[in-house]
Amino acid sequence: MWCPDWPVVAAAAAEGLPADRPIAVVAANRVQACSSLARQHGVRRGLRRREAQARCPELAVLAADPRRDAREFEAVALAVEELAPGVEVVRSGLVVVPAAGLVGYFGGARAAAERLIEQVAERAGAKCQIGIADGLFAAILAARRGLVVEPGATARFLAPLPIDELAREPGVDLTELISLLRRLGLLNLGAFAALPAVDVASRFGADALTAHRLARGLDPRLPARRCLADEPAVTVEFDPPVTRVDAAAFASRALADRLHGLLAGRGLACTRLGIQVRTLGGMELTRVWRCANPLTSAGTMDRVRWQLDAWLTRERASFAASDGISLLTLSGEEVVEAGALQLGLWGGVGEADERAGRSLARVQALLGPDAVCTAVLGGGRNPRERVLLVPWGDERPASGHALVNADADEPEPPWPGCLPAPSPTTVLSAPAPAEVLDVARLPVRVGERYVISGAPTWAAIDGRPAVRVRGWAGPWPVDQRWWDAEAAWRGSRLQIVLDPQDTTGEMALLMVCQEGHWTVVGRYD
Amino acid sequence: MRCSMGGPVRDERAARLSELRTLLGRTTQAWGERSALEAGGRTLPLAAPLRPLLAGGGLRRGGTVAVESSIALVLALLAEASAAGAWCALVGLPEVGLVAAAEAGLAPGRLALVPRPGAELVAVTIALLDGLDLVAVAGGQRLSAGDRQRLSARARHCGSVLLPVGSWPGADVRLGVESGRWAGLGDSGGGAGRLRCRRVRVRASGRGSACHERVSTLLLPGPDGMAAESSWPGERLVPPLAQEAG
Repeated sequence: MWCPDWPVVAAAAAEGLPADRPIAVVAANRVQACSSLARQHGVRRGLRRREAQARCPELAVLAADPRRDAREFEAVALAVEELAPGVEVVRSGLVVVPAAGLVGYFGGARAAAERLIEQVAERAGAKCQIGIADGLFAAILAARRGLVVEPGATARFLAPLPIDELAREPGVDLTELISLLRRLGLLNLGAFAALPAVDVASRFGADALTAHRLARGLDPRLPARRCLADEPAVTVEFDPPVTRVDAAAFASRALADRLHGLLAGRGLACTRLGIQVRTLGGMELTRVWRCANPLTSAGTMDRVRWQLDAWLTRERASFAASDGISLLTLSGEEVVEAGALQLGLWGGVGEADERAGRSLARVQALLGPDAVCTAVLGGGRNPRERVLLVPWGDERPASGHALVNADADEPEPPWPGCLPAPSPTTVLSAPAPAEVLDVARLPVRVGERYVISGAPTWAAIDGRPAVRVRGWAGPWPVDQRWWDAEAAWRGSRLQIVLDPQDTTGEMALLMVCQEGHWTVVGRYD
Repeated sequence: MRCSMGGPVRDERAARLSELRTLLGRTTQAWGERSALEAGGRTLPLAAPLRPLLAGGGLRRGGTVAVESSIALVLALLAEASAAGAWCALVGLPEVGLVAAAEAGLAPGRLALVPRPGAELVAVTIALLDGLDLVAVAGGQRLSAGDRQRLSARARHCGSVLLPVGSWPGADVRLGVESGRWAGLGDSGGGAGRLRCRRVRVRASGRGSACHERVSTLLLPGPDGMAAESSWPGERLVPPLAQEAG
């Protein structure tokens, strides 16, 4: 069952946008999904944001958020679960259900499909399309077309489809293979399937062999799939029970690592992940996530986090104040040999990164998840504004810093009045009060028109004795957010250099005068 | 295998054995060298103006380099290695200016910050030395000599560099900043100009190969935030203000 453009539907639901606006969801400056109205205006997946906005000026652009998608999709998954057991989520927007029971119960494939569509529309208010076929790949393609494929007619159904459909298999990147096949003249799946398997394997490789099996309508995985007698599962008990999403996410990280350690020890990788939760009130919730390619540890962690987020947010209404998740179990319901696990080449973590990540996770276990962070630099006028501290493990937001943002389309916005390089190496967390005196030992003030009342000659920082000033520069006006009554900030900046107090030499400070009071904001040491 | 053939065959076998042994020795050595290179070599890269200060022209892996109180010097030491791909951590420095760190050349994505380790300073530093390449630690003055030795030994064992900020009596190299003079402010006393760069002398002293003191003059920070050679054209040092009359 496929919900078209699910990221757009979820985003619109979350932001409360009306359905008659064209909407696009953007990730990494490219359009990831767009509503049908936007498609009519010419917006397509993969366009740059600027181009999409040029084609459709009233486009509402929203950032991609897989957590939001998963959270909203939980309602749909529940709706389907009411009718059919054995629901497996492939990704937000795509759900797989074994058809045999459903078809038998409703007496016919068409009747079952209609009932399912009705159910989802009623319970979750989402539009969806159903496809029935043998095998996940064929079923996904059938769902995009809303067809029912007779059992055994899969190969015939797949034959006339264009070769680009190979890229629909979620989580697999086959663009190179597809372009190569195109150039060789194989324009549809039937032509690809007609090649002998041995030749495909020797010419192209293991990836292509899997794709070949898909094109023929066969199960992509050779029967090395195992259902183990004892399912590898890891459990963690929460005491006190967890009600917050970030605490649950933090615990899920450790658990995902443990599961992967367990699987790796047996030389296996997981393709179906079962997430089970028991709450204090005795409720048990389960969800199965299926992935075409065996899951990496990061993939497992993401899915667990989305699922817990979905449950905690949805259940908030029914959670009493003392309720919470008391038990979390992750199980690998379907496993394959670990040789099938492919770690990403591009953007994947190298060995050094993994080692560093493990150390940082250990420090977080000692001190708490907020104790270890990395910095994301953005734009701003003073050094404190430009830094955003992100706890380790959380997603780093794309920064606006021109050095980091490789996309030349987005020049860094100008920040008139910002502090130029070099920046202070120590930024005080609480500005220290100071007094600045001029030659006659009178306090120096900066007037309304940013004119300084006298040359600063003495400075007394934080109650210490006054030190002679060797040089100064400024005052530079800073007038921020004048349109906002609460956040408005007016002041002036001054850099001063003090006489050497010790062998280190001259000390330079960044000071700010606001309404006649001087404070030290940063030190250049 | 028992030989019943006699002298010449035994000699031949001995010769073959020794030949195989030398071959094995050579391949093991080559493999050892390759893995050392893969580990990034025995020294981490260092910014050019700072290279004359340390023996070997870089931060030796497993060493302890103490920096006395200058955050800009710590950032300059970390900058080149971080830009080359090493992971760095700053422990116990809640007020470090991260914009200055980025200007000095550190990669924000590979810089971990643990601003408040609290009482677990030793455990946290050990955990970080295990996985990261450079760890700068502040607050080491409160540690006992035994703890300091443990941390230095751990750094040596893991092949990472420990950079204590502050005094650290057992360090291999001690770096101190002296006679800093800022340049860039206008000399008429009217508040013109702005701080552009600081010319400092950095002194390196220590034990072992660093037992001879080395002094080097450089710009820290340079005009763009990174450490630079001290021959920036057109610099004028800040002259002292005119003395007050009377």
